[in-house]
Amino acid sequence: MHPASLTVQRVREGLAARRFSAVELAAEALRFAEAENPKTNAYLHFCPERALEAARQVDQRLARGEDPGALGGVPFALKDVILTKGVRTTAGSRLLAHFIPPYDATAVTLLEQAGAVILGKTNCDEFAMGSSNENSAFGPVRNPVALDRVAGGSSGGSAAAVAQGTAVAALGTDTGGSVRQPASFCGVVGVTPTYGRASRYGLIAFASSLDHVGLLARNVKDAAVTLQVLAGRDEMDSTTAFAPVPDYAGRLDGDVRGVRVGLPKEYFSGLPGETGDLMQRGIRALGRLGCQVSEISLPVTDYAVACYYIICTAEASSNLARYDGVHYTTRSKDPENLIDLYRSTRGEGFGAECKRRIMLGTYVLSAGYYDAYYLKAQKVRALIARDISRAFEEVDVIIAPVSPFPAFRLGEKIDDPLEMYLSDIYTITASLAGIPCMSVPCGRTPAGLPVGMQILARHFDEAGMLKLAHAFERAGGADA
Amino acid sequence: MKITEQEVRYVADLANLRLTNAEVARLRKDMDHILEHMDKLNELDTSTVEPMAQVLYDAGETAALRDDSERPTLSNEAALANAPVSGAGCFKVPLVIER
Repeated sequence: MHPASLTVQRVREGLAARRFSAVELAAEALRFAEAENPKTNAYLHFCPERALEAARQVDQRLARGEDPGALGGVPFALKDVILTKGVRTTAGSRLLAHFIPPYDATAVTLLEQAGAVILGKTNCDEFAMGSSNENSAFGPVRNPVALDRVAGGSSGGSAAAVAQGTAVAALGTDTGGSVRQPASFCGVVGVTPTYGRASRYGLIAFASSLDHVGLLARNVKDAAVTLQVLAGRDEMDSTTAFAPVPDYAGRLDGDVRGVRVGLPKEYFSGLPGETGDLMQRGIRALGRLGCQVSEISLPVTDYAVACYYIICTAEASSNLARYDGVHYTTRSKDPENLIDLYRSTRGEGFGAECKRRIMLGTYVLSAGYYDAYYLKAQKVRALIARDISRAFEEVDVIIAPVSPFPAFRLGEKIDDPLEMYLSDIYTITASLAGIPCMSVPCGRTPAGLPVGMQILARHFDEAGMLKLAHAFERAGGADA
Repeated sequence: MKITEQEVRYVADLANLRLTNAEVARLRKDMDHILEHMDKLNELDTSTVEPMAQVLYDAGETAALRDDSERPTLSNEAALANAPVSGAGCFKVPLVIER
């Protein structure tokens, strides 16, 4: 049993055949992850006691002849914006460097009930703000495929851990592409469900109308099994939907002939070489699978970045107001008075990107600018959602690139925030519309860098999205 | 120019952020650049569009409301456990009102 070669299915088979116990697997997975982690900085910290306790419970279930759970014994990693009771949760921020949550996120409870073994917490951009994982207070994540390159962000640590083999699957969060883009950069599967499909209770909030819990896995089937565990109504999150949850893994097989695939012309006209070439090969592979490929239009595309960065910074400035040096953050030393305590704690504690977003968000909500920026962006968001609804009258899924380029070099884009924001162009439309979306490995550039293909589906049609991704994966991606 | 250093300092006060002079200069430049891009939205006519604050899907009118029943909440001890300074069951902050 080598941790880096495991999948959910192989763990299940190994446990059933008694080739290893869950405790043996957890111990080996922890040893391997701790030894390999310095190469990428994917994990910020491990929780061996919790992992071994969860594994013991899986072994006890097996000893009693019970089912070990859909994720029984599977080594998992959690992005460090997801609360774990008694296990440090930092959100990649100095402000929360010592924060020990008093409760578990619903997603964590669900994973552990299904038998998952959480090894540790993964690195991310501070408060999930970034597209390269270079905004972490605890150092950037290196891409396991090319160590001089970024892993993507903000769930860079989770994607890197799955790609490196130090976790079989991982949770991330996705506000504007933070699961899909690192999945694409690291060559793994990344899934973000419909807004409201999975509980966000216990996620550290960044932009509440856009935040999603998402997942990273080595293949589409593992992703489907994990999503099954996460999906459903949660009383602790009033934004979760009551819609019934279908059997995702059970619907993966079968042909995808006749599936109507739309290609937004606005996305493909300016797509640079290597990524464009791989996408074209991927689209031809979908054609060979029997999909009906046609061009569609999303006319508001050019405005999506501006719309997204007004809304997300506005919501962030509000959500991040709670980090004040009083309740659960570090505190600035020797403040003169209460206001000084707030200001110096936040000035010393937040990194440059968080400050930039808090400032932009405060500005667009401030008197005199609210209508011109925030309200305008909410109206444009409605136009973007309308573009998407219209497109889904003509097609069943939309295929898009994830990023204009594969993983870039560390430091290459950090000095130009607007350029970094603009690179989110292909992922934010799904976020603004709240539709399910994912990145599935499409192939590699001549230099060996992974490129993902994005699949977008109708609200609550995760099953259709995963089925197409599964067919594409089985056919060999763009190399089919 | 969309924004001056004076306006950056005003917004920083609203946001309760202490910034160094170098940060003010850098933020002025970055925000100017980003806000200029955001002005692009004015090209779109939205006079007949309702703002979208949240992703909506079909559900009953009161679907999100749970029964109003008592349940345990976080204990005082757990709530204070991460406070930088606490005492007597409260979060402690510098003196706000002079006696």
